[in-house]
Amino acid sequence: MENLLNIFVKSIFVDNMVFAFFLGMCSYLAVSKTVKTAVGLGVAVVFVLLITVPVDFLIEKYVLKKGALVWLGDGFSGVDLSFLTFMVFIAVIAAMTQLVEMVVEKYSPALYNSLGIFLPLIAVNCAILGASLFMQEREYENVLEATVFGVGSGVGWMLAIVSIAAIREKLRYSNVPDPLKGLGITFILTGLMAIAFMGFMGIKL
Amino acid sequence: MSNQEKEPWFSAKNLKLLTGPFGTNNPITVQVLGICSALAVTVKLKPAIVMALSVTIVTAVSNVVIAALRQYIPDRIRIIVQLVVIATMVILVDQLLKAYAFDVSKQLSVFVGLIITNCIIMGRLEAFAMANKPWPSFIDGLGNGAGYGLILIIVSFFRELLGSGTIFGYPVMEKVGAYSTGYENNGMMILPPMALIVVGLIIWAQRSRDKSLIEKK
Repeated sequence: MENLLNIFVKSIFVDNMVFAFFLGMCSYLAVSKTVKTAVGLGVAVVFVLLITVPVDFLIEKYVLKKGALVWLGDGFSGVDLSFLTFMVFIAVIAAMTQLVEMVVEKYSPALYNSLGIFLPLIAVNCAILGASLFMQEREYENVLEATVFGVGSGVGWMLAIVSIAAIREKLRYSNVPDPLKGLGITFILTGLMAIAFMGFMGIKL
Repeated sequence: MSNQEKEPWFSAKNLKLLTGPFGTNNPITVQVLGICSALAVTVKLKPAIVMALSVTIVTAVSNVVIAALRQYIPDRIRIIVQLVVIATMVILVDQLLKAYAFDVSKQLSVFVGLIITNCIIMGRLEAFAMANKPWPSFIDGLGNGAGYGLILIIVSFFRELLGSGTIFGYPVMEKVGAYSTGYENNGMMILPPMALIVVGLIIWAQRSRDKSLIEKK
């Protein structure tokens, strides 16, 4: 239990997807103009991560790893499909995104319209694939740990996009030098926020 | 001109595709694409250059493939088709890196895989390759990959020089004798936040020079 909590807190604050690894920056920069859409996209990302990371974990464990296919019979013990990792992970993500898109379209047309192109683009949001690849690299032991890591990463990403959206809403009333307007100041702000987040470094429960 | 017969291959329009991404149409600072995997690899010059080369190759080749197939790809499933093409290229690059440059491949860790979701590639496929012939698409891919690489190299140059005092691992600051004058490496530059701030400053510099790029509210 303590271990799970540790993974959760660590993936939100210490290994924050945006501030420590710059993942999902494209939609982070483009959809962070208002808090409302930012929250919507954040929830969608958390949801997609909640499903894809454990699914990818199981696929990795029972299909792709060297010797993972041994449950099919002894003849398969030497099969190593790990070179297919990228292909399989991205396929799972694309399928899940499609699912989320259909659910959102049905239950919240307003959110669907405001997210626009960025909903299908979750499929190419680096944070999603990144979480799966980090999950693979860090060798989590069971599916529960992988799930907690996935949700934590999603929550961390959401935290980042919602806070930058709030800052950008306020920023509209400030006098930023012209060449810095929009993209430039957002980069610098994100940098400053990342410095603040470094304060969490080394926290261990 | 000695290569007169090849002239239309490098017509003014194609050359513009190649050089545009270096300046007014830079994928990172103007189109805001591909920032995701760009910044984390810029602590040192060497991985940054390897990353830039990989992205350029993947962009150019998948642009050609998609441009060649563009009339046969059904509109509804084009994203999946594009992802499959990109993923195949990235797998090739990943396996090559593991075979011939293992240490760099380890440093880049998951970021090689993340080329798949690099928005530059998707963005160029959607915006250019789906509507153009293979050759211009190839040039466009090369240009955008190189424009991306340029920013990566600028950022990593400053981060390596100011953060570790080296260039390509060569201890420049030590040889210049900067340490004896009381100079210290700025450890901050190695940390992730500074990558963002350096890119922010590059954008500032670029937009101050070229006023047409300033965003209107």
